[in-house]
Amino acid sequence: MLKFCMRIFSLFALGASVLFFIFNSAFAGTPTKVGFVYLTTPGDHGWTYAHELGKQMVEKRFGNDVKISVVENVPEGPDATRVIRELAKQGNEIIFTTSFGYMEPTLKVAKEFPNVKFEHITGYKRSKNVATGNIRFYEGRYIQGVVAGLMTKTNKIGYIAAYPIAEVIMGINSFAQGLRSVNKDASISVIWANTWYDPVKEADAAKVHIAEGADILAQHTDSPAMLQIAEKKGVLGFGQSTDMSAFAPKAQLFASINNWGPYYIRKIEELKSGKWNTGDGPNHWAGNDWGGLKAEMLLISKFQNMPDSVAKKAQEALDGLKSGKINIFAGPLVDNTGKEIIPAGKSLDDGALFRMNYYLKGVNGKVPG
Amino acid sequence: MITFTPRDKVSKNWTIIAPILSIFLTIFFGLLIFTFLGYNPLETLYQVFLSPFSRIDRISDIFVKACPLVIVGTGLMLCFRANVWNIGAEGQFIMGTLLAGSFALLFPSVETKFFIFIMIVIGFIGGALWAFIPAILKTKLNVNEILVSLMLVYVAMLFIDFIVRGPLRDPMSFGFPLSKPYPDGAIINKIPFPGIGYLGQLHYGILLILLLIPISWLFVNKTLSGFKINVLGSAPKAAKFAGFKQNTITITVLLLSGGLAGVAGVIEVSANIGQLQPEVSFGYGFTAIIVAFLGRLNPIGILFAGIIIATVKLGADNAQMSMGIPKVVTGLFEGILLFFLLTGETLQKYKIKWSKVT
Repeated sequence: MLKFCMRIFSLFALGASVLFFIFNSAFAGTPTKVGFVYLTTPGDHGWTYAHELGKQMVEKRFGNDVKISVVENVPEGPDATRVIRELAKQGNEIIFTTSFGYMEPTLKVAKEFPNVKFEHITGYKRSKNVATGNIRFYEGRYIQGVVAGLMTKTNKIGYIAAYPIAEVIMGINSFAQGLRSVNKDASISVIWANTWYDPVKEADAAKVHIAEGADILAQHTDSPAMLQIAEKKGVLGFGQSTDMSAFAPKAQLFASINNWGPYYIRKIEELKSGKWNTGDGPNHWAGNDWGGLKAEMLLISKFQNMPDSVAKKAQEALDGLKSGKINIFAGPLVDNTGKEIIPAGKSLDDGALFRMNYYLKGVNGKVPG
Repeated sequence: MITFTPRDKVSKNWTIIAPILSIFLTIFFGLLIFTFLGYNPLETLYQVFLSPFSRIDRISDIFVKACPLVIVGTGLMLCFRANVWNIGAEGQFIMGTLLAGSFALLFPSVETKFFIFIMIVIGFIGGALWAFIPAILKTKLNVNEILVSLMLVYVAMLFIDFIVRGPLRDPMSFGFPLSKPYPDGAIINKIPFPGIGYLGQLHYGILLILLLIPISWLFVNKTLSGFKINVLGSAPKAAKFAGFKQNTITITVLLLSGGLAGVAGVIEVSANIGQLQPEVSFGYGFTAIIVAFLGRLNPIGILFAGIIIATVKLGADNAQMSMGIPKVVTGLFEGILLFFLLTGETLQKYKIKWSKVT
């Protein structure tokens, strides 16, 4: 019995090592090898799913000219370093690491592989072969503010936010600017969920907002739980990262959709033509490849569950942002304590956006921390 | 009703055959599942089981991955041998890391590598202090240590989260929850090999395992304290008659296992992360429970169990990279492996009896 087992086992080992050599030598071909590292499994909504859709666009655009390797569910620590290094070692020429927590692991591995290009999503540190990319998520939130201001009856907006970092705070402020452009009486209350993804917490926060009288909900967290609660309680809200109307057909007004595909495609094309670069600008995430509605890195889903007149205003805001006619953070700006942020005639630049640690007028309370 | 009765004698042959049979069965069911799901079964098996051994730097990474599991598992072994159920190693890992890390951040310019040893001691103290809470509650108030140690994990997680978002947040991190980088003296370097360079992530922290395994083996097998722990676990009444102080033993094993979990945290973070962040442990404290039992509560067994678990985890990543097999599938495979290994071990020791419920 023992011998038999051993024999079977060694047979497997032999077969496997033969396969290894066949596979190793078969793929010494020409397609550009592209690696992706995902924080979670893509599922069917939210952050990682949006990256998955981007990856699918890459596949569609390049076909057999690229060979894609994906690793999902990679925790933001030593495992990330190992996985990224392994992807580099396997000959991937460009590697997209799609979560903020991969910043240090990406930089670490990039130092060891100077010929491999790295694209870190939402980071603020770059190096010779590490570029960063991000989306101007806040632009979509301005349109959300416009729609919310026109749709609310109670003038109370409930906002569920993940963490008090600049990206989230500028989203809230952008929402407030949109809101106050159409409705000076409405205001935003923020609940900090202290998580990017926790359906239970997000649902609880939604319930609290509704109990306090909010009739429009917005979120800067990742799950569809808020919209599901909105659907059940008969209030309205906005989807996050991907179109979430399937979860809340009667509650979703529209969703801001993260569209990474064009960015990925452009960077891979740059690599193929030898023009890949990390851009210039200051070493923070506003510095480089920060695209929004105009670059079509941020898309807006269909306006629904609202009267045509509101949809028309929303469309106007969208067009205005795209054409540059609307400048969200143009002066005069005062924070919600009355302190002047910037006078009339001036507007906040990208650097000022990522240093935001205050609420603009229209938001209740103050930024924690 | 199913009852397990201990066998009078454990067969020597079966202690060898059972694990081999378990692996054979795992492979069989693995092949079945992979074929059923439409993946090339042989290549998948190769990726999961053997590809981690296909390159020397990959082998090094197995040890890097196994390192915290083995250190924590060795500490838990002491607890479990004494029938003390410390389920909170994850929290002790975090608190050890946090205490040592906070200490390191007080000395931003320290360069001497001797500093690491101080951090390890502080990490031990941090982990031990966190384990002291269930220890004192159990011995003084007879509070169940399973619940207390487990719930303290969540307290520890939230506490480190608070610390890196608040007091220790790097002002240069643009609001992101990260501490400043550790000073040079607090970083465990990778081991350079002449002519080759670095092998994966292989770092000097691994050396601690070489020290820990023989020491813990001697401790449990050759010392009176080790003997007391074993007796308390297998025959508490005998321990009482022999006059062993049960409370002292309980507190000692909890402190030791908590301390070792803290040390594991210091090594893991100093070698691989180099700063404090909201997440420093990735389930090591929980996985180490499996490692301890898979290793039959024996230091050498734990080393092998750590290596097996690390191999399969790395293999799962490789399978994903080269074949696009999702983690859920390889996770299933991992589950099958653990199921058969643990079943095999149980059946060696126990007879199963079926009887009607009366």
